[in-house]
Amino acid sequence: MANWIPLWVHKLSSPPNFYRFAGVLRPWALALALLLGAVALYGGLVLAPADYQQGDAYRIIFIHVPSAWMSLFIYGVMAVAAFISLVWRIKLAEVVAMESAPIGAAFTFITLVTGSLWGKPMWGTWWTWDARLTSELVLLFLYLGVIGLYHSFEDRRQGARAAAFLAIIGIINVPIVHFSVNWWNTLHQGSTVRILGPSKMSGDMLWPLLTMMAATKFYYIASLFGRVRTDLLSLESGKDWVRQIAEKEGLR
Amino acid sequence: MTNLSATTPILLEARGLAFYRQDEPVFGPLDFSVREGEVALVEGDNGSGKTTLLRILAGLLHLDEGELSWRGRPWRRIEHLGDTLFLGHHLGLKGDLSARENLAVAAGTYGMRDGRDVASALSSIGLAGYEDEPVRRLSAGQKKRAALARLLLLPATLWLLDEPYANLDRTGIELVNRLLAEHSAEGGAALVTSHGAVSFLGGEPTRVRMHA
Amino acid sequence: MSHATLASACAATLRRDLTLAWRRRGDITMPVLYALIVVTLFPFALGPEDALLQRIAGGVVLLTMLLAMLLALDAMFRSDIEDGSLEQLMLSPQPLAMMLAMKILAHWITTALPLIVVAPLLAGMLHLPAPVMPVLVYALLLATPLLSLLGAVLVALTAGSRRSGMLLALMLLPLCVPVVIFAAGAVAAAQQGLPWLAPIAWLGAALVMALVLAPLACAAALRIALDA
Repeated sequence: MANWIPLWVHKLSSPPNFYRFAGVLRPWALALALLLGAVALYGGLVLAPADYQQGDAYRIIFIHVPSAWMSLFIYGVMAVAAFISLVWRIKLAEVVAMESAPIGAAFTFITLVTGSLWGKPMWGTWWTWDARLTSELVLLFLYLGVIGLYHSFEDRRQGARAAAFLAIIGIINVPIVHFSVNWWNTLHQGSTVRILGPSKMSGDMLWPLLTMMAATKFYYIASLFGRVRTDLLSLESGKDWVRQIAEKEGLR
Repeated sequence: MTNLSATTPILLEARGLAFYRQDEPVFGPLDFSVREGEVALVEGDNGSGKTTLLRILAGLLHLDEGELSWRGRPWRRIEHLGDTLFLGHHLGLKGDLSARENLAVAAGTYGMRDGRDVASALSSIGLAGYEDEPVRRLSAGQKKRAALARLLLLPATLWLLDEPYANLDRTGIELVNRLLAEHSAEGGAALVTSHGAVSFLGGEPTRVRMHA
Repeated sequence: MSHATLASACAATLRRDLTLAWRRRGDITMPVLYALIVVTLFPFALGPEDALLQRIAGGVVLLTMLLAMLLALDAMFRSDIEDGSLEQLMLSPQPLAMMLAMKILAHWITTALPLIVVAPLLAGMLHLPAPVMPVLVYALLLATPLLSLLGAVLVALTAGSRRSGMLLALMLLPLCVPVVIFAAGAVAAAQQGLPWLAPIAWLGAALVMALVLAPLACAAALRIALDA
């Protein structure tokens, strides 16, 4: 067994170590996110050919699809961190879970907005009760519930634990909602709209999409690290390491 | 109560007990032990964490730091349910139920000591004639007595009493002292918080001093 | 020393909550009145055409029940937390999940059962066809305990928080989407003359799952929410 992995995790999960670690990585993640994002946008908006059916309108997928992936990915990260925080009571995991929620909610919101912008030219309506759209809306409510519960407690760590529990209930709920909404959609056959047909995507369209996906991942890392650093400072404001940082910053 | 020999077995022992609220230390590190038949008075100023200590010992709060042992073995919350009685600021009485009904619920969930019953517990606690009155119509002192009747009725080794003397008149205070003396004679132990000067029947109790 | 058996503890908890509800029986009628008011308002908003009301009757009754239950949900643990009874229950030598299951059962009996009793009346006001009535009642009999169980977990989570009313609705919405879909789906299917057993069976399966898991989750949530 590689003994250094748990040891490394243990060391990293101490707030001052993570604060430094995140401080070093954050600018790089942000730079990569901006660079990859710019490349992907150029590839998607300029280089990729127009779709033979949808024309130029399809280009919104370069924002829409990566956001949708991120909205689910971040929920997964949040639920895993929530689980760790409840079982091992690790403060860093609480902070990661709670600071992931607003970022995930933002991606979910972007997904919904770009989806409806795309829906207007494609289906002639801003909103349709399609299974995926509906599930995405429910996901937004799950995120908002977690954020709301976290902020309704006087004691932030207690709020984080309660909200972490809710996040775990939510991740059990997501597949159930998706299944039931699918069932509901087949019951009301009339209004079903398929978003993406079983179409093959050409390489010219695929690489900007994948690049944008990487860009959003790096953006998430950069944003999360920034938020976690701020949170750690305020949560540990009484501790020596924070005092040292405050004195150093004060001298500048 | 005072002349406990060092050979009396230790029931509860705490080492380096500490508690933090949002990383601010509430109390600790705290070391103390309670022997069989011992009544310990938890002393400290307002905000020194007396209630918090009792809530930790009851198993309502998660212990941050330190070790608790019970009869020499590590203390586990689940093993002490029912063997510990906790009387907090909130008395745990339903205002719409009578004292008799409240006690019946407690006996139904906690069990009952041999040879005790709800009616005799209520009369010996001084609530004869008020058994069927809804608790919300009782005075503060009478409510306290209704809650204290639980001590008489339910089986438990360790009593955790948060301000048991508050709201009680002279006879009520004597009543609490008598309950404690009987409990101690039966080999039970108790931790009691109080901010007023207290004189137990048997003289000076053990003291646990809280300091932030 | 006589130990309390699990059966006597369950009986004592259930009897206590039912007695308390009976002493305040005025409160029991409140959700029913609320449901009556909401259903009365629908024809004013949508027009009194029979065909339209008939089409929406099942869904309206179901959602009205859901909202009425949501209003009553908030009070499930509140008074017990305020007067310290919940602490006493948590410290009793009984499985907390079972005790909470009894509390949830008492809550369902006092809030949902009266609503189910008046449901056919409410549905009748909206001209739901009589043959569909039994399906509506079956759906409610399965959906309302599900909502009570899911709601109890969420109420437990908000137990230590400052505000909970709107937050509870926000938290409950994602959880009750499947319940609403299947319950309303069963009624709609019955109304169209289609087989309605499948959605009812799904609700039943979900209820069995929730009966096992929700009390455990509720106990865990209460421990988290009150650990401060």
